[in-house]
Amino acid sequence: MEQQKGGIYRYGMVIDLDKCTGCGTCMIACAAENNVSVRPDQTDKERTITWMKLYKITNGKEFPHTEVSYFPRPCMHCDEDGRGHHQPSCVSVCVATATKIDHNTGIVSQIYTRCIGCRYCQAACPYGARYFNWWDTYFPKGKGLERYLSPEISPRMRGVVEKCTFCHHRLMRAKTQAYAEDRTDIEEHEYTTACAEACPAQAITFGDLNNPEHKVSQLIKSPYAFRLLERLNTKPKVYYLSTKDWVRKMADNYLPGEFKPVTKVTG
Amino acid sequence: MKNQASSSQKTSKFGLTSLFNRFISFEKGSTFLPPFSFGVWIFFLAGLIPSLIVGWIIYPMALYSKQPQPMNFNHALHLNPEIVDGIEGDTETERCLFCHTFREDGTFAGIPKLDKCLECHDDPESPLGETPEEQEFLNKYVAEEQEIPWLSYFRQPDCVYFSHIAHVKIGDQDCETCHGDFGRTEKLPAYKVNRMTGYSIDIWGRNIAGYKTNTWDRMKMDDCAECHTENDLEENNACFVCHK
Repeated sequence: MEQQKGGIYRYGMVIDLDKCTGCGTCMIACAAENNVSVRPDQTDKERTITWMKLYKITNGKEFPHTEVSYFPRPCMHCDEDGRGHHQPSCVSVCVATATKIDHNTGIVSQIYTRCIGCRYCQAACPYGARYFNWWDTYFPKGKGLERYLSPEISPRMRGVVEKCTFCHHRLMRAKTQAYAEDRTDIEEHEYTTACAEACPAQAITFGDLNNPEHKVSQLIKSPYAFRLLERLNTKPKVYYLSTKDWVRKMADNYLPGEFKPVTKVTG
Repeated sequence: MKNQASSSQKTSKFGLTSLFNRFISFEKGSTFLPPFSFGVWIFFLAGLIPSLIVGWIIYPMALYSKQPQPMNFNHALHLNPEIVDGIEGDTETERCLFCHTFREDGTFAGIPKLDKCLECHDDPESPLGETPEEQEFLNKYVAEEQEIPWLSYFRQPDCVYFSHIAHVKIGDQDCETCHGDFGRTEKLPAYKVNRMTGYSIDIWGRNIAGYKTNTWDRMKMDDCAECHTENDLEENNACFVCHK
């Protein structure tokens, strides 16, 4: 894995697919944390909004050899090259400068009040991580759902695109706490995403990929680490770990004979 | 010779002078309407001046609704250590922070709650001053334990995240830089809110033309970015530093 270059911090995520049980807690935690609107009919999956989405994949074999794995998919927060030439695909197509990559943190921002809803970014994103608001924010009345809304998250209006922000408000919260304690740097445990915090199997790890002391930067050195559609050169900051060859093979489009399974494992 | 004389007469009739005369006066029986006649100027100005007055004075006044604060608060009196014993701090900013505090987690408490007032005004029976405001405050709010429904002049839109502690403690900015001389006023001004957007006039700026003379005249995104750029903090102009 190449080392990320750019600004001071490069926040990223490592998801261990061998640990993931597919329980969906990350999806629930994400939606609750980020005031993600629901639909009266949540079964209409073309219109529902899931910043963190769980995919189920199988190796397609007959019963005794069937294997299943689950793929949590947040926004990949694709990286820039640090020279301003290479931008995340959603950023380079945005006509309204509503989405940008923060050079200091590597987080791809989405400003709802700036978004004009052209959905270019949605088309440009190879991961389907962006969602369009076809309606205004809706929470069923009388269910007490509005009491769970977070004041730290701005609600989205009809006609804008939204996506995972790596729980950016938690970074703000951690910064504010640090300033109150006369610090300017943030510890590893102070900033983590809602999905990583909620995962009961602890499959999701979050931290600074640039900091060699953070757990994520050690995990991505594993030979089993891979990224989704890595060869598109989008430089995602979300890494996956899987010891299963067929899972790693599914993460990209390989020609026959092109995929190289991990044969030598050291350490 | 005769012909020449008559032709020269003809040209003088259509010379500059006669053209000018035709412009400024009606000629009897002429179908040509002069565009700059005195009468037209009157009508033109009669339309222009009222429309300018409406556009630059009456419309901006009508755009903002005025709401008085629930009661007056004398900032100058409360910030004066010679009058108020409890107020601590060497600088003005520190004295502001005495009531407008930071919470333990670093968030800014904003307009103080009644509890903060009660730290000094704890007894409804014995007022500290003699102003009618204090009498009203003790009878109406302290005795009945009601929070005062202050109107916030500086409420930013929902999409904005503003960290006070980053500016005051880390950035070492004075309150005055953004909030002006509120700390020295004796009367709270009326809260003016834009009827269309619902934002306070202190966010949009008091001048309808957008002129700014002081740093505290406006609180729009450009004003934040201007200060960041001036102080070589351009990285803080990234979207996700102030937006949520």
